[in-house]
Amino acid sequence: MKQGSKSAQRLFQPIRGLAQRFALISLLLFAISLMVLGRVNVQMVDSFRVQVTDAFAPILNALSKPAETFSRSVFQIRELAHLREENIRLRETNLRLFQWENAALNLELENKRLRSLLNFKPGPEPSFITARIIADRGGAFAHSLIVNVGYQDGVNKGQTGMTGKGLVGRVASVGRHSARILLITDINSRIPVFVGNDRLRAILAGNNNNSPKLVHLLPSKRVKIGDRVVTSGHGGAIPPNLPVGVVTKADETGFVVQPFAKRNRLEYIRLLDYGLGGIFKGLSQGTLIGHSKGGRPGNNKR
Amino acid sequence: MRPSVWHRIDLLARQLSPVLLTLVLVVISVVPVRILDFSTFVPLFPLASVYHWTIFRPNLLPIYAVFLIGILQDVLTGSPIGVNAFVYLLVYGAVLSQNVFFTDKSFFILWIGFALISAGAVVVNWFIISILNVTVVEIQNAVTQYFLTLGFFPAAAWFFLRWQGAFLRMD
Repeated sequence: MKQGSKSAQRLFQPIRGLAQRFALISLLLFAISLMVLGRVNVQMVDSFRVQVTDAFAPILNALSKPAETFSRSVFQIRELAHLREENIRLRETNLRLFQWENAALNLELENKRLRSLLNFKPGPEPSFITARIIADRGGAFAHSLIVNVGYQDGVNKGQTGMTGKGLVGRVASVGRHSARILLITDINSRIPVFVGNDRLRAILAGNNNNSPKLVHLLPSKRVKIGDRVVTSGHGGAIPPNLPVGVVTKADETGFVVQPFAKRNRLEYIRLLDYGLGGIFKGLSQGTLIGHSKGGRPGNNKR
Repeated sequence: MRPSVWHRIDLLARQLSPVLLTLVLVVISVVPVRILDFSTFVPLFPLASVYHWTIFRPNLLPIYAVFLIGILQDVLTGSPIGVNAFVYLLVYGAVLSQNVFFTDKSFFILWIGFALISAGAVVVNWFIISILNVTVVEIQNAVTQYFLTLGFFPAAAWFFLRWQGAFLRMD
């Protein structure tokens, strides 16, 4: 009896091995065809991704809360260690910012007067949705985030993701209660920008590391290290004049930009919606002073 | 005597645990934790998990589960769908074909094996992404992540071995 099962095993072993090899090869081919399908039929693969992400969104949402508390407390402990220096630095910055505030108020008043003289029609003011990041770290080859709001909350594909400091990315796909943000550092990201005070036109191209590069920059000699990079609004996908980053390095392949928004400090981002042009009042309604009368505050979801 | 329903459920849960554990690791590794400045990288724990269970309990990590683990990782991390599935299947195939080499070897050998196989996995991943984007993608971040993973491998392996000792003892 035992011998019989042994000889059966001997007989079936190669067959099993063969079956397994067949399964491996066919699944490898299936994976390849999925990759190709992802290139050819973007919409189909995208909707699959959106649905699975949506299904996992509640889990990610629940997991990201304790993770956030944890990282915040670690951050606070580190902060405590540098309290004194930080305080001195902040006092100096505060002084400087106070002067800037005065300048800004004066300029805003002047700007308002001049605009009324010219009968200037300002662009639409955005509504925004505040979103919490529930998944980060695409690893080395993908730079995107998942946030906890979706079309149920009014998010649309193409909206601009910002922090207080600068541009983060754009909404690449939207699910029911989750959305994916393609970061400006992703290899698929191309953002039309202005560089420096001369407002030179360029494209900011992500390359999957933390500092994207300027490409299609024509008179490249006039770009200096330290130049600010802002969105240009060309193409109509992203509103103009949003801060993006600063030129930090020039090498033989081009200029490297350090984004203002640091990816490893992101907790919440604002998704701006400029799409509904015309029904919002202008930017001139005292947004600099901070009491935005004009804009609808949007659906603040936390 | 027929085993009771609870006994069978218990057995099933134990047998599913390598797959479920790996899926949980995939989900956990995308949750944002910002402790240090380089923490945009997280060690590739799912890769270590696939490697470990393929060596120690290949019968509890069926090939289609490996495929699904890869697909889930692709979906959640935002990389092109199929890439990680392909890489994990290659890792699975490579480890299985060398299982004579891996059985009853010291931990150090397992670590070296992981170093080689995960290096291959990173390179294949980089190569596919480069082809899909028709450009040479930067590999620098991937190298950082690779060494981070290698550094964390002993901790991960210890955890998997404890898990195995607790729930999946072979009688």
